Amino acid sequence: MAKANEGWGSRIGLILAMAGNAVGLGNFLRFPVQAIQNGGGTFIIPYFVSFLLMGIPLLWIEWSMGRYGGVRGFHSTPFILGSMGKKRMWKYVGTFAIFTNLGIISYYTYIESWTLSYTLKSIFQSFQGMNIHQVEGVFDQYAGIHGSLTDNKIDINIPTWGLVAFFVTLAVNIYILSKGLSSGIEKVAKIAMPLLVLFGIFLAIRGITLGHTGMPDCSTCNSQTGLDFLWTPDFSSLANPKIWLAAAGQIFFTLSVGMGTIHCYAAYLKKNDDVALNAMSAGWMNEFVEIVLGASIVIPIAVGYMGLDWVKENAGFMMAFKTMPYLFNQWGPILATLSGIAWFGLLFFAGITSSLAMGTPFIGFMEDEFGWSRKKGALMLGILIMILALPTIFFFEYGVFDEYDYWTGTVALVVFALAEVILFSWVFGLNKGWKEITRGADIKIPGIYKFIIKWVTPIFILIIFLTALVKPLHGELPDWQLAFHQLFTKGTWPWADDSIIAQLFHLNQKVVWFDHGVPTGMFFKDMARFLLLFTFLGLSYLTHIAFKKRKTSSKTLES
Amino acid sequence: MSTSALILMVSVQSLVTVVTVYFLMRVLKTPPKSESENTEN
Repeated sequence: MAKANEGWGSRIGLILAMAGNAVGLGNFLRFPVQAIQNGGGTFIIPYFVSFLLMGIPLLWIEWSMGRYGGVRGFHSTPFILGSMGKKRMWKYVGTFAIFTNLGIISYYTYIESWTLSYTLKSIFQSFQGMNIHQVEGVFDQYAGIHGSLTDNKIDINIPTWGLVAFFVTLAVNIYILSKGLSSGIEKVAKIAMPLLVLFGIFLAIRGITLGHTGMPDCSTCNSQTGLDFLWTPDFSSLANPKIWLAAAGQIFFTLSVGMGTIHCYAAYLKKNDDVALNAMSAGWMNEFVEIVLGASIVIPIAVGYMGLDWVKENAGFMMAFKTMPYLFNQWGPILATLSGIAWFGLLFFAGITSSLAMGTPFIGFMEDEFGWSRKKGALMLGILIMILALPTIFFFEYGVFDEYDYWTGTVALVVFALAEVILFSWVFGLNKGWKEITRGADIKIPGIYKFIIKWVTPIFILIIFLTALVKPLHGELPDWQLAFHQLFTKGTWPWADDSIIAQLFHLNQKVVWFDHGVPTGMFFKDMARFLLLFTFLGLSYLTHIAFKKRKTSSKTLES
Repeated sequence: MSTSALILMVSVQSLVTVVTVYFLMRVLKTPPKSESENTEN
């Protein structure tokens, strides 16, 4: 059933595809915002500690798990995990990774389509002469956002051009995926990654050297002030668990670990191909894009024109679309156009190299288990993405988009990573696991990592999961102390709104599905959850059928 | 920009760049494995 004739064309192609998988919009938008919200320059300390103790071990684990499964004819997570653990439940844990990718790719393709549209808008100089409010208005109009929800009426977001761009982006993704690894994904990675770095270097140089912009009535409008704010260490913040959790969380998102994409790419390696050096090279390439380029673009340029206070208040993901075009406008028409193309172009390349990786697990699964062709698998993936993505587009303002992001793009990653590290270190066994990591290695891995992978990484992830599960209000160190005090004295717990338990059971929220007969935001969020649950159950059923098929065929062979 | 911020930024970004280039060079300089190496147990 397994398809063994596919493979990577070159080692550098594989590394660029893996780095492309990791490098995403978060490298440019999430990392600098997390850093300024969590201790500025000091953030880099817990960030690096998390990278060394959790990120690197997870990279090695996922690369070697993928190769282990691939050598045995498995190219998708259910049976890669199933080949390492005897119990049937591991196959369903693996199914979780396909589900995660389907959930993320659905809303991610929509964001990717924004970057494509904005690249075109930059080429046609659509933002020229606009003030910041007009630039913000362009996005709201583009995404069909009303601004506020109307009483007694369902506000559906119908972004005409947004939908066209979404379908074009989806079609591009599906076409590339249908071309296969070496002729599709690898070719794109070889073009997109160098261009991304080139565009990033151009903008980073601009961000670092911008200096004082002379904006009227703005004493802090200086890119150096932005860099100063981003890099000034505040060592007292190191004692705050919130900062450690934010740093560990960022490592998860930035390396794309806990998703199953790395397994599926590595499943096309040969038995003695290196994973140790490859994983390091791809992982550090991602760090270069994040720490060197990502930290030198948005914040310094935004502080340069909007001032420090504005950035402190408004720093976030949407700055990419609602603020950056206005900032580029300050550089004159030619440089503004070039910068717009570079910025949205690099975001598009970062997005597409990630979404291609997210599409691979499902296609690999259908190829392996149901004998589908890559084209058929890619087409079915496109249909599934469309079904899952449309609610995030039409009910954007009701929080459906955020609901997907929370469950598939945040919680699921930690759960899957915890499960896979337990499987690798404890069920499969670290002695066998270590042999897999070091097999064919082109670098010597320090022996201390044997201890780290067995003990430190699982405990690290477990702590992240548990603290996210029961996070108390505000989540600072004194809040934890107060929460435990409240638990022991009053028997209650002050749940933070974004704790997993509070989210799951709608704690701190009024559960109302209909208001005067009109569905509320809660209704749409819960429907989004049902849709995600239904998707997971559907995928689990497919895994069940695949398992039965394999069992029957092995019995036939035996007889 | 304050001295401490400048030192931290330059040292961290230099370190990350050097390590990235080092691993990439190792990849590019390592000769590819032969088919026989990949079928060995």
